[in-house]
Amino acid sequence: MSRQQVDSRHRELGLSDEEAVGMYKMMRSARMFDERVLLLQRAGKINFHVSGIGQEAAQVAAAWALDRDEDYFLPYYRDYGFVLSVGMTLRELMLSVFAKAEDPTSGGRQMPGHFGHKKLRIVTGSSPVTTQVPHAVGIALAAKMKGQKLVSFVTFGEGSSNQGDFHEGCNFAGVHKLPVILMCENNQYAISVPVHKQLGGRVADRALGYGFEGLRVDGNDALAIYAAVKEARERALAGGGPTLIEAMMYRLSPHSTSDNDLAYRTKEEVEENRGRDGVAAFRRYLEEAGIWSAEQEDELAAAIRKEMDEATRYADEAPFPTPESTLWHVYEGDAPQGGR
Amino acid sequence: MPVMDYIEAIRLAMKEEMERDPDVFVLGEDVGVKGGVFTTTKGLQEQFGEARVMDTPLSESAIAGVAIGAAMYGMKPIAEMQYSDFMFPATNQIISEAAKIRYRSNNDWSCPVVIRAPIGGGIFGGLYHSQCPESVFFGTPGLKIVAPYSPADAKGLLTAAIRDPDPVLFFENKKCYRLVTGPVPEGEHVVEIGKSNVLREGDDITVISYSLPLHFALQAAEELQEEGISAHILDLRTLQPLDKEGILAAARRTGKVLIIHEDNKTGGIGAEVSAIIAEEMLYELDAPIRRLCGPDVPAMPINPPGEKFFMLNKDKVLAAMRELALY
Repeated sequence: MSRQQVDSRHRELGLSDEEAVGMYKMMRSARMFDERVLLLQRAGKINFHVSGIGQEAAQVAAAWALDRDEDYFLPYYRDYGFVLSVGMTLRELMLSVFAKAEDPTSGGRQMPGHFGHKKLRIVTGSSPVTTQVPHAVGIALAAKMKGQKLVSFVTFGEGSSNQGDFHEGCNFAGVHKLPVILMCENNQYAISVPVHKQLGGRVADRALGYGFEGLRVDGNDALAIYAAVKEARERALAGGGPTLIEAMMYRLSPHSTSDNDLAYRTKEEVEENRGRDGVAAFRRYLEEAGIWSAEQEDELAAAIRKEMDEATRYADEAPFPTPESTLWHVYEGDAPQGGR
Repeated sequence: MPVMDYIEAIRLAMKEEMERDPDVFVLGEDVGVKGGVFTTTKGLQEQFGEARVMDTPLSESAIAGVAIGAAMYGMKPIAEMQYSDFMFPATNQIISEAAKIRYRSNNDWSCPVVIRAPIGGGIFGGLYHSQCPESVFFGTPGLKIVAPYSPADAKGLLTAAIRDPDPVLFFENKKCYRLVTGPVPEGEHVVEIGKSNVLREGDDITVISYSLPLHFALQAAEELQEEGISAHILDLRTLQPLDKEGILAAARRTGKVLIIHEDNKTGGIGAEVSAIIAEEMLYELDAPIRRLCGPDVPAMPINPPGEKFFMLNKDKVLAAMRELALY
């Protein structure tokens, strides 16, 4: 592509240079967070981490295409790039990783990656996969009943797309033409099971059976994802119903810190996919567009590292929840005054 | 005080709450045009429109899951399961999601959903239209479970359930729908969740039960009175959280306790009630705690002798009460 063609792609989509650069900064933040937490786990500072490396470009791009002040978000457990983009901070994520009392997602109750943040309209999630799809549909239904102009956005993996709740939720949303955007982050593996043993067809094609739009998009191409989600949102608000987006990507990390991925895939395969990494590709795009440089990259890395160090220190030193607080919040009003 | 059927009282509670609060809505299979397979929601769609009385796809996990999502947004959904037997596809949504939303988010999110489901046999429903699934959900903290026996309680408990800030399973007894008629207080009538209710005062034996079998116990108590046996009868009303104080007070009253439910015996509510009494006041008892329950078979057969064998009735209850009184 010539310089001019490259240059105009994000602007054609309505993104300013600052916004495009902002997207990249978020992708880098998510990547560096993930790498830091893997180190913390290996160092024995924390017990567990489930990684999203290789999926950040699509996550961040999707968030940028949504209304981050109005829409409702139901991310799945690898969506660090997404939740950072809709307002969570590195400090908040670190508090969750360290399972500290101040963790806004669960007060140190849930595994990391089980997001929730009411102020940011990030809806609390669980570990049994895909239960969040009917919730997203219910939120879209409620918003429609109340006449609110917003969408719910829900993500899940390709393995999860085989759960009944995916089908039940999609069908319900299709019947009522609800403003839901469903994004499957197809990262080629459900823990160890490769996609060809997981799916007989394409996730995107299933939308046909539910009566709405389904499309497959290159998840390593941030701007393609941005365009797809933006169009889906416009369609949803115009009463056109849900959209299913199958974002194709590759999980570069093992499933979690408890997983040895080389037991079921080769180093060569991982390395080959590392070459297609969407974050690196977006950086190259910005550089070719003349709005990003090696110096800016270094400055950004230093700034994120500084923020990360501060967040890590803060979370490490923050107090755990009191043992007795284990009994709180089973029902409304069962905790002492001010108990959180 | 107006007199009405149990099913009418349930309908009236929904109608009045929907009139009072625009965030209350009903969703489920056949609840709209048809008004429900039992006519529980009859007339509601005409009054409130399709959006608030919504016919859903045949999809129980979505009915529960969509209701949970709407509840997290701030609505007050009433999700109907056509039969409690068909509730199991929604069990993950109820146990993993609704029950844990407040707890797992550290009180950030809440889930004020009501899930109504008809329980119980005696209608020739066979294995899958007759079950009592209370014990499947009982013991899941975060859920509240209520099971009314009378029209007044049906109205008052459903009203309380709809207004409750936490998820409530409302187990209505389908045999009671038209069999049980009674007075219902006019206007606003709320029965507090978590409180049991003494239905009859007595001094010789204590019967603890909920839902349909209470009617058998009340009839049997009248007959036993003529034999000089005086029965104290406690309606649990709320199965979760159990009213521990109410249970202990009723047990102390006579020192002889019979627990009755149609759900099968092993792992049923009666086991927990019995354990509470044993833990707190074993040496105050004058007889071993007894349980009269459905047999430990997977579910009820459709053939009439089989159904009759499975179901409780006044005679079975009376025999168990007399036996305990004579202990």
